[in-house]
Amino acid sequence: MSMPFYVSPEQVMKDRADYARKGIARGRALIAMQTPTCIVIVAENPSTTLRKVSEIYDRIAFAGVGKYNEFDQMRVAGVRAAELRGYQFSRHDVDARSLANQYAQVLGDVFSASGPKPLEIELLVAEVGDSPDNDRLFHILYDGTLLDEKRFCVLGGDAEGIAKRLDASYRDNFDLAAAIRTAVAALAGTERTLSADDLEVATLVRNGRRRSFVRCADAEVAAALR
Amino acid sequence: MPRFAAGDDPGASFPELLRRMGIEPFPAAREALSQGGTRHLDNALRPDGALPHATTCLALTYAGGVVMAGDRRATAGMTISHRTMDKVVQADDLSGVAIAGTAGPAMEMIKLFQLQLEYYEKVEGQALSLEGKANQLSMMVRGNLPAAMTGFVVVPLFAGFDPLVGRGRLWDFDATGGRYEERDFVATGSGQVLAGTVLRVGWRSNLTREQAIDLAARALWEASDADAATGGPDVLRGIYPVVASIDANGWSRVPDDSLASTYDTIMREVRAR
Repeated sequence: MSMPFYVSPEQVMKDRADYARKGIARGRALIAMQTPTCIVIVAENPSTTLRKVSEIYDRIAFAGVGKYNEFDQMRVAGVRAAELRGYQFSRHDVDARSLANQYAQVLGDVFSASGPKPLEIELLVAEVGDSPDNDRLFHILYDGTLLDEKRFCVLGGDAEGIAKRLDASYRDNFDLAAAIRTAVAALAGTERTLSADDLEVATLVRNGRRRSFVRCADAEVAAALR
Repeated sequence: MPRFAAGDDPGASFPELLRRMGIEPFPAAREALSQGGTRHLDNALRPDGALPHATTCLALTYAGGVVMAGDRRATAGMTISHRTMDKVVQADDLSGVAIAGTAGPAMEMIKLFQLQLEYYEKVEGQALSLEGKANQLSMMVRGNLPAAMTGFVVVPLFAGFDPLVGRGRLWDFDATGGRYEERDFVATGSGQVLAGTVLRVGWRSNLTREQAIDLAARALWEASDADAATGGPDVLRGIYPVVASIDANGWSRVPDDSLASTYDTIMREVRAR
């Protein structure tokens, strides 16, 4: 009878983390950014039908990088969790923190125990508040690590390089066009240029209306980049 | 966080999701099924029970859209149980729903219907067609059929602007979920005959929005004049019917002060009769 080789738990976790990180690094990145009038989410995504950024609830948006089918399942699960909570309690009782915790739990669970492989995704749960101080940007990593970010948040391949570029150019008084321009420049880096066709842009508008999620049309993005 | 296997996914149906989570979306219907219907449908349609009933609602088309209207009164037997009920509500950007029948299940159905439209839009990434929305509502009414047989009848109207054909469309439903598209106008509830007659006499093709609102206000006036379960304009408390129009630009509710002057005119005319 053959005996399986002993593999230390450290090695198992490291292999799983490497596997997930490689999958995520292959995908294109996205940026979420706070501005005085909205939270803007700019994703590099040439597809106009397979969305990376979507609406979860009245003031909450979702964005995912990595394997599309995996984060899209998470998106639908998030819509369901939010709608069920709103149905059972009230629309005011649905918040990003609770959703982000639930995502972290699922991702952590799949990473360490229940899945044959970790999910190759990173998620963003953003909630717009009545002022930028009350905005929330939650970044959930493949292993369930939950980060509470301020100002901006970068997910996906080469996140560190993009964050470094963005850190130098970010201002907290951007209008929407300037925010899109800055985000696109950070995503593209010095050697590439991105046009409106390569981008998916959506905002959570701070206007007090019930559904704050608004997608930006290609023409609007192109005008901002001009 | 609710997650399902690929073959077991409830898809874009919110009531189905509720069932999977152990929440019955139509508890009155389930209860009625388990006990077997005891009251007859004819009795059920008359608003004479002890539970609050919502009554007269109507909808009519005009050039470019539809107008929906409903009075504000809920009655429980001979008592006015509520004076400010909103029986006409916005369903989504381009549609509205009005409900007559037992108030509890009716309000719950409106809430579920609104949630379902938004839920579908978010899960599928695009909104349902207007016809699809009417169909969804019909399925909800059908789901309530066992409860309807024991007295908890809910009969909605659904109306909206259909961008696919570029005009307003309206539907009425019966207690069994039967869905009937009407061409010009429709009224439902205890004041149905009275309000319907006013619409029948006054409706013309290509009314303007203002004319349609005026006609809706008159129809509700006549209904409240002869039907005890329909509330008229309550000048004393400043409560007026809910009247709203839906066109290509969406839902727009007629403000109370504008309705107040409409009813002033109507009352002056009635005095001069």
